[in-house]
Amino acid sequence: MTALLEVEDLHVEFRTRDGVAKVLNGVGYHVDAGETVAVLGESGSGKSVTAQTIMGILDTPPAVVTRGAIRFHGEDLLAASEERRREVRGDGIAMIFQDALSALNPVFTVGFQIEEQLRVRRGMSRKDARARAVELLDLVKIPNAANRVREYPHQFSGGMRQRAMIAMSLALDPEMLIADEPTTALDVTVQAQIMDLLREIQQERDMGLILITHDLGVVADVADRIAVMYAGRIVEHADVFQLFRAPGHPYTESLLESLPRLDLKGQELKTIKGLPPSLTHIPSGCPFHPRCPRAVDRCATEVPADHRLGLDRTSACHFAEEVVSRG
Amino acid sequence: MGRYVLRRLLQLIPVFLGTTFIIYALVWAIPQDPFAGKCGQRPCPDSYISAMSDKFNFDDPLVLQYLKYMGNLLTGDFGDTFSGISVGEQISTAYPTTVKLAVIALLIEGIIGVTAGVLTGLRKQGFLDNLVLVSTLFLISLPVFVTGFVLRLYLGPQGLDLMDTGVDTADPSIGQLILPGFVLGSLSMAYVARLTRGGIAENRRADYVRTAIAKGQPNSRVVGVHLLRNSLIPVITFLGTDLGSLMGGAIVTEGVFNINGIGGLIFRGIQEKEGVMVTGIVTLLVLVYLLMSLIVDLLYAVLDPRIRYE
Amino acid sequence: MSDPGAASSGSGLEQAAAAGVGDLSHVDSGQGQNKPRSLWSDAWRELRRKPTFVISLVIIFIVVLMAAFPTLFTSVDPRYGNLDNYLKTPSADAWFGYDVQGYDVYARAIHGARGSLLVGLFSTILTVLIGSVVGIFAGYAKSWVDSVLSRFGDIFAGVPFVLGAIVILTTFNTPTENPSAVRIITQVVFSIAVLSWPVAMRIMRSATLVAKQQDYVKAARGLGASPLRIVFRHLLPNTVAPVMVYATIALGAFIGAEATLAFLGIGLRPPVVSWGVMISESRDYFQAAPHMLLFPAGFVTITVLAFVMLGDAVRDALDPKSR
Repeated sequence: MTALLEVEDLHVEFRTRDGVAKVLNGVGYHVDAGETVAVLGESGSGKSVTAQTIMGILDTPPAVVTRGAIRFHGEDLLAASEERRREVRGDGIAMIFQDALSALNPVFTVGFQIEEQLRVRRGMSRKDARARAVELLDLVKIPNAANRVREYPHQFSGGMRQRAMIAMSLALDPEMLIADEPTTALDVTVQAQIMDLLREIQQERDMGLILITHDLGVVADVADRIAVMYAGRIVEHADVFQLFRAPGHPYTESLLESLPRLDLKGQELKTIKGLPPSLTHIPSGCPFHPRCPRAVDRCATEVPADHRLGLDRTSACHFAEEVVSRG
Repeated sequence: MGRYVLRRLLQLIPVFLGTTFIIYALVWAIPQDPFAGKCGQRPCPDSYISAMSDKFNFDDPLVLQYLKYMGNLLTGDFGDTFSGISVGEQISTAYPTTVKLAVIALLIEGIIGVTAGVLTGLRKQGFLDNLVLVSTLFLISLPVFVTGFVLRLYLGPQGLDLMDTGVDTADPSIGQLILPGFVLGSLSMAYVARLTRGGIAENRRADYVRTAIAKGQPNSRVVGVHLLRNSLIPVITFLGTDLGSLMGGAIVTEGVFNINGIGGLIFRGIQEKEGVMVTGIVTLLVLVYLLMSLIVDLLYAVLDPRIRYE
Repeated sequence: MSDPGAASSGSGLEQAAAAGVGDLSHVDSGQGQNKPRSLWSDAWRELRRKPTFVISLVIIFIVVLMAAFPTLFTSVDPRYGNLDNYLKTPSADAWFGYDVQGYDVYARAIHGARGSLLVGLFSTILTVLIGSVVGIFAGYAKSWVDSVLSRFGDIFAGVPFVLGAIVILTTFNTPTENPSAVRIITQVVFSIAVLSWPVAMRIMRSATLVAKQQDYVKAARGLGASPLRIVFRHLLPNTVAPVMVYATIALGAFIGAEATLAFLGIGLRPPVVSWGVMISESRDYFQAAPHMLLFPAGFVTITVLAFVMLGDAVRDALDPKSR
């Protein structure tokens, strides 16, 4: 059986006046229907770029996809025509963004922006589209949807805006949803509500969900599997329980150690030393070696291959087995 | 909203009075003798002077003169000239031509300017972009009458003979006004192109445009609906205030093309020292300008729902 | 990214994120990165590389040279007319031909630079001076003073430019009069300034309103600095940039305005030589002798172009967003 979505060996470069930045260096993961995969990483690690490449909304130029494949139901989207890619957007794969205030068009009502999908893509009449838009807003639990459908994005609160964004992404019943840091701009309490909503909808509709985040806390609750990204590569890929129990890459390990823990209250938090690498000058060998507590000479010269640590679990570290067994 | 309109209207009143009073004073109070040269070489007979002084309230203090004049104006009475011609009638025959000319200019500058701005804003740094940048620079730098003369020269019978470039009839047709309209709107056209280009270039990378693309909306809608609607807000407000300026600026264009509009009227008014004519037209133009700026303010609220007037 | 939720997970990603963003874009800007640079020196670095900036400076330099030392460019007397040369077209003797009076058009175009430039320069200085003083005062003063001053500006802004200039200039000069050169230049300069200062005022006012909100200005106020000191020491340096940009473009525009007023027969007039005067003289002959119009018009256009280009370049350079 082929996966719903499969990203394979994706390479993307940003070619700018100041030089070439290698943003993605062989990213691969897959998502099945009804499954949530979290992509975890710092800004600049390439997690959003991967999502934008899947959607085909990268700015080209400066971005150039140099290698790889993105298979949706087995069809390589990178080889598909622009027209075909547009058909897939919103209908096959939909996306929601971090900052719903700027992601929604400020001069159109929320209703218009949902109905637009139904009218233009489905040929619905204005009246039917309006009725469906209200249903969708109801579905994402926006109170008084029949009236709010006529309001503008700035009249919504932060959480409500993100709900409206989700409603809009569901308009065409996509099989796959990509959520790019959907809760980062929200208050903690609202974050939880939005995550609950996303999980509920995903399970109800048996959708594939890619959840892009830098927040380990969000991941633990919702994700089935986790792909940890660093400098444009997936450094660890594991089941969520396995990853939290025994991280298989020193980077993941450091991330987990820097989480505050109640049982270690009073102790100083561990942080990751150094800064993320510049993508125009990615360190030789393992890109994490300058910051890695376990680094040896070999790490600076030899790029680590993906080590299999079990079924559907990999780690790109020379010492993957050691790391995972220590935990 | 209602209160805002009211407040803006109240603010307009002192501005309107101030502007028209200054013009009134310039026309009536500063020239030494309003009757100089009115009756040929000889000084005017006393009976004429007293009749005219009575008619124009010359014996009153300036402020009172002005107020009486404004009072009449508000009832729709523009007054008569020295020779007894009704100013209101003169204006009402000339006004439509100037309005037509200004509206044509506005349409031309809007259509060409926005098109050029959109095309170049979407594709910065290309050949077209440089072409539009250079040509807008030239349009801004060329005095309007030079544009007018050069176009008349090269498109008219002496040049390429593409069209009859003089407009001598009392009631010119739309076709005859297209070239003058182009000339009148040429400067603003350059500004519209630059405003649109700036807006498009700035909003092109906006998050909501990316959302529209991610929704799978066709490219024509992404640009034509989402991008354009946001980028045109400043352009539309510019066009609104420009209508008033175009009518004021029409004097030069009307002169170049011999069009019988407000410009000719005011010129004759000044040359023949017909103060009533001058103040009447200027008052009208000031009124148009102020009303347009009010409308633009209100339009802003309609175009951009984020703006709330308290 | 300042929400408490992300902070509580404290994964170190936050600081990393902040540093990582800058990293991508600034990698190659070199060692200067460590030194803080001022807005102006930054702008200057940007400007030197721009061809439009260099070209416009060269043009302006040549025009200024023409105005200051016209004899460097021509030895022909612009006021010597030989009617034998009536409307002769350009030739090796007279590059731009002759006009109705048999004047050498090239010589007149060179000598005309002074009149046009002086009008442009004085009008700009006056406009910016009035506009800035009123604008900075309006921006700094209490709100009702601001209101009154703004409405006062509106009064002058409401008069259509050409119309206002016609009324002013004909009021102070009956068409039959022949005013002296100094008097008419003064009048034209004042008419332009009186009708244009509200624009300069609005720019200055909004720049002041922005600058006033800066924390260091509030701090200076809190420490009891006198209003004069605040205005000159803190506000003025921050508001100068937009006004300078406006002044540059306005200088060009006013040279064009001089030509327009002369064309209408109410601006400079003979015996003064200016581009506007030449253009107005060509008015009745341009069909027969286009060179009479085209050469002075070309000089006006190129000069205005240079100033507009210069203003554009400076504004772009001062605006960090456009980089």
